[in-house]
Amino acid sequence: MFAIKNYRTPNTLEEAYKLLNEKKANTILGGCGFLRMSNKTIATAIDLSQLMLNYITEDADYIEIGGMTSFRDVEVSPLLNQYFDGILPKAVGEILGVQFRNVVTVGGTVYSRYGFSDFITALLALDTYVVLYKGGKMPLEEFLIKGSKKDILVKIVIGKKNKRATFHSIRNSQGDYSILNVAVSKKDNIFKIVVGARPARAMMAQEASKFLTEGEINEKAIEEACIMASKELTFGSNMRGSKAYREALCKALVKRGLMEVLS
Amino acid sequence: MKIQVIVNHKKIQMEVAYDEFLVDVLRRYGFNSVKRGCDTGNCGLCTIWIEGKPTLSCSTLAVRVNNKNLTTIEGIGEEAKDFAAFMVAEGAEQCGFCSPGFVMTVLAMKRELKNPTEEDIIHYLTGNLCRCTGYVGQLRAVKTYMGVA
Repeated sequence: MFAIKNYRTPNTLEEAYKLLNEKKANTILGGCGFLRMSNKTIATAIDLSQLMLNYITEDADYIEIGGMTSFRDVEVSPLLNQYFDGILPKAVGEILGVQFRNVVTVGGTVYSRYGFSDFITALLALDTYVVLYKGGKMPLEEFLIKGSKKDILVKIVIGKKNKRATFHSIRNSQGDYSILNVAVSKKDNIFKIVVGARPARAMMAQEASKFLTEGEINEKAIEEACIMASKELTFGSNMRGSKAYREALCKALVKRGLMEVLS
Repeated sequence: MKIQVIVNHKKIQMEVAYDEFLVDVLRRYGFNSVKRGCDTGNCGLCTIWIEGKPTLSCSTLAVRVNNKNLTTIEGIGEEAKDFAAFMVAEGAEQCGFCSPGFVMTVLAMKRELKNPTEEDIIHYLTGNLCRCTGYVGQLRAVKTYMGVA
């Protein structure tokens, strides 16, 4: 059972950052969708809801999504539905129900680097950066590997160069967490194949992506890339699926994704 | 901590603990239509509206709704009754435990979706589980209520 000893709603990011770093047990609150299932004792819970971080905006080159934006806002955003074949709304649209997606936040999910996340998989297939209050801007891929030390995820920034993109997942039942999820994108001849819920966190299949980017695209090459992706990434077992099942799913979902972005 | 909320158009001051979830607070203050089900965010029994949006009260800390508008089924009784008639007509009601949360989601959907398809309806209602009905009667009732052929 979790416990919260104190609760604050800072008015500035600087104030939030100072509070966060005052004590090891101080924590930023995201959407709190998974808080109930934790055993954490939080000294001071820091609520960012006064900081106006709930937004989805665009300029000439980038789309920005604020850290406190809910998944439901991502799902119904006309802007995000218009770009990248609507991959982001599609990726969050199957996560539990509308009521849950009104709770879960972009910042809470990405900063936590959840392995089961559908959203992170889709983001990784795009040109995505995270912007941390102190750590600054860094590619999502780097953030997923390194993480960060007690910082605040202010926003997600996505390069707007339009690309074909697709997201697929397999679940035991509608609304359940993914057994495996795959995002594929294509811009000119550059392919990105990303696999998540392995059940470890999402990773790009570097070799398979490079193979398609540099080679000729035909049926045989697609088959080969699917096998490469399933071999170069590691898979594990949990209550939702076995390692062998995930490996087999990977080939099928990558193929489905590739066929879609090539269509 | 004391919070000020408007529940069903009525201002209320509530005393809440920092780690208390809204479902427990609402029930403590007599809003017993809000049911506690799975406690993991899956079943939708505890659905209420926060600023008009259907939200899980079992996953929302009570301190976070300070100065917000909340709606439970007690606050939209007439509208709920209208929909209940469709449920009864289709024999879609059994034990009734999931009904308050289900009705809150259906009424939110009615406000949000214009001319939904059957697929849109099913997608919107994914977060509401019912262990009795198998959903067939419910879906018939919702489709009729929403005017979907």
